[in-house]
Amino acid sequence: MTQLPPPSAKKLGLVIDLDTCVGCHACVVSCKGWNTENYGAPLSDQNAYSGAASGTFLNRVHSYEVQPEQGAAQLIHFPKSCLHCEDAPCVTVCPTGASYKRAEDGIVLVNESDCIGCGLCAWACPYGARELDAKEGVMKKCTLCVDRIYNENLPEEDRQPACVRTCPAGARHFGDLGDAESDVSKLVAERGGFDLMPEQGTRPVNKYLPPRPKDVEPEFDILAPYLEPVAQDGAGFAHWLDKALSALPGGAK
Amino acid sequence: MHPAPSVIIFNTFSGLGFGLLFWLGMGALVPTGWGAFIWFVIAYLFAVGGLIASTFHLGHPERTIKAFSQWKTSWLSREGVCAVFALTVMAIYGAGLVFAGTRLGFFGVIGALASLGVVFTTSMIYAQMKTVPRWRHWTTPAMYLLLSLGGGALLAGQIKIAAVLLIAGGIVQIFAWGTGDRRFIEAGTTMASATGLGHIGKVRAFEPPHTGTNYLMREFIHQVGRKHADQLRVIIIGLAFLLPVVLLVLPFSHIFAALAVISHIAGVLTLRWLFFAQAEHVVGLYYGKR
Repeated sequence: MTQLPPPSAKKLGLVIDLDTCVGCHACVVSCKGWNTENYGAPLSDQNAYSGAASGTFLNRVHSYEVQPEQGAAQLIHFPKSCLHCEDAPCVTVCPTGASYKRAEDGIVLVNESDCIGCGLCAWACPYGARELDAKEGVMKKCTLCVDRIYNENLPEEDRQPACVRTCPAGARHFGDLGDAESDVSKLVAERGGFDLMPEQGTRPVNKYLPPRPKDVEPEFDILAPYLEPVAQDGAGFAHWLDKALSALPGGAK
Repeated sequence: MHPAPSVIIFNTFSGLGFGLLFWLGMGALVPTGWGAFIWFVIAYLFAVGGLIASTFHLGHPERTIKAFSQWKTSWLSREGVCAVFALTVMAIYGAGLVFAGTRLGFFGVIGALASLGVVFTTSMIYAQMKTVPRWRHWTTPAMYLLLSLGGGALLAGQIKIAAVLLIAGGIVQIFAWGTGDRRFIEAGTTMASATGLGHIGKVRAFEPPHTGTNYLMREFIHQVGRKHADQLRVIIIGLAFLLPVVLLVLPFSHIFAALAVISHIAGVLTLRWLFFAQAEHVVGLYYGKR
């Protein structure tokens, strides 16, 4: 049903650390790898080996340049997938009931056998988290690897979303954001985790951790006393040498 | 937003068809026998033809029946339910006129209101989208209703009503464009709020997530419409509103009436194209575009 369930106590989601992400796209690859051969229709590619390649992805990594008022610009890699919003506008617009939010853990899913591929849920999502698969004609989105996290056939360390499991930088964290005592909730509280587009009123479960402030170089250089130019006092051998060499043709003044 | 031809055809012709059904149902004209048959065939061709066209952009049109189930939350579902109801009631009303020569007034009024309901629910599919600030405004349903009622009156040969509604439509449309141009900025969604990085400094899209394009960019980022928006607006006002009104005011002739209808349809097709092509979805901000 496309009516949103009452808010669940358990809110499974991701916490993405923009300070740590190195922009390697490993999460993009592992996401596509897992999800193209497991839950639902495969994630198709069109013209994969031509100049006009295009395909369906559930997770994409943008890169932004942020220019502070002073100092050097920062490059911030920005992974983006479904935020499993509490007020998910993609769910209520669905005419068939294919798009739904699970009452037990808050995961937003698509029942692909009910999806008519009208695309309205993708219109309603401000984050671009949903992509209509060009081959299958059904809407694809992040499932939070629902077929991994509860899968008892997998070793326990693998029971987390593929993107989290694969991230070599430890920039992605998975857990229950409804539990204030969970590791992810503590991380969000500690680091000032934030919502994307809060003004859209979607109340995302996934949080982003801001880049830590850059170190500011001190005004003076601790090596300065050892590196100061010699002969600034205008006396002694070094001063004579400076003047003598400067007087030669082509000498530095 | 990508202006899909199937959706433009649907919005234009179903709007006209249901508008014509409204005036037929309200008894603005009461044809009987073969005359009624022809009127209802025209109305149903427009209304149903548009609805069928709208299924062409679906990934799985064979599952359309499922779309009637979620009327509690989904405007698209409500539109489907409303359309089937309106077409059924108007078929009963039409049958009365065609076969019995009697006007079943009750069915006519209910069918007329349901026909307007279809147009309203269609408009709310767009007006509900918080992600497309240009659409999220009372002018969106107002324009859908005015175009449907005005175009329907034009088809039904209700000259005075049509002229008044088309003039009103033109004025509301100009107002909708004027306020719509500011609405994206007023909505307050920016690259800073999209990325949450605005507290550090000015955010610029440095590198997109992929070398090619993707579904999101094809569906939501369409900049050609905005480039020629001013010229298109002049063309729309001329074709959809001004020229038909001038032709209606001139001494009546069937050629003028036909020209007025053709001009109006061409204008509304352009208007609908611009309605989509010019609308900016907030997801474009992640790509540094609008």
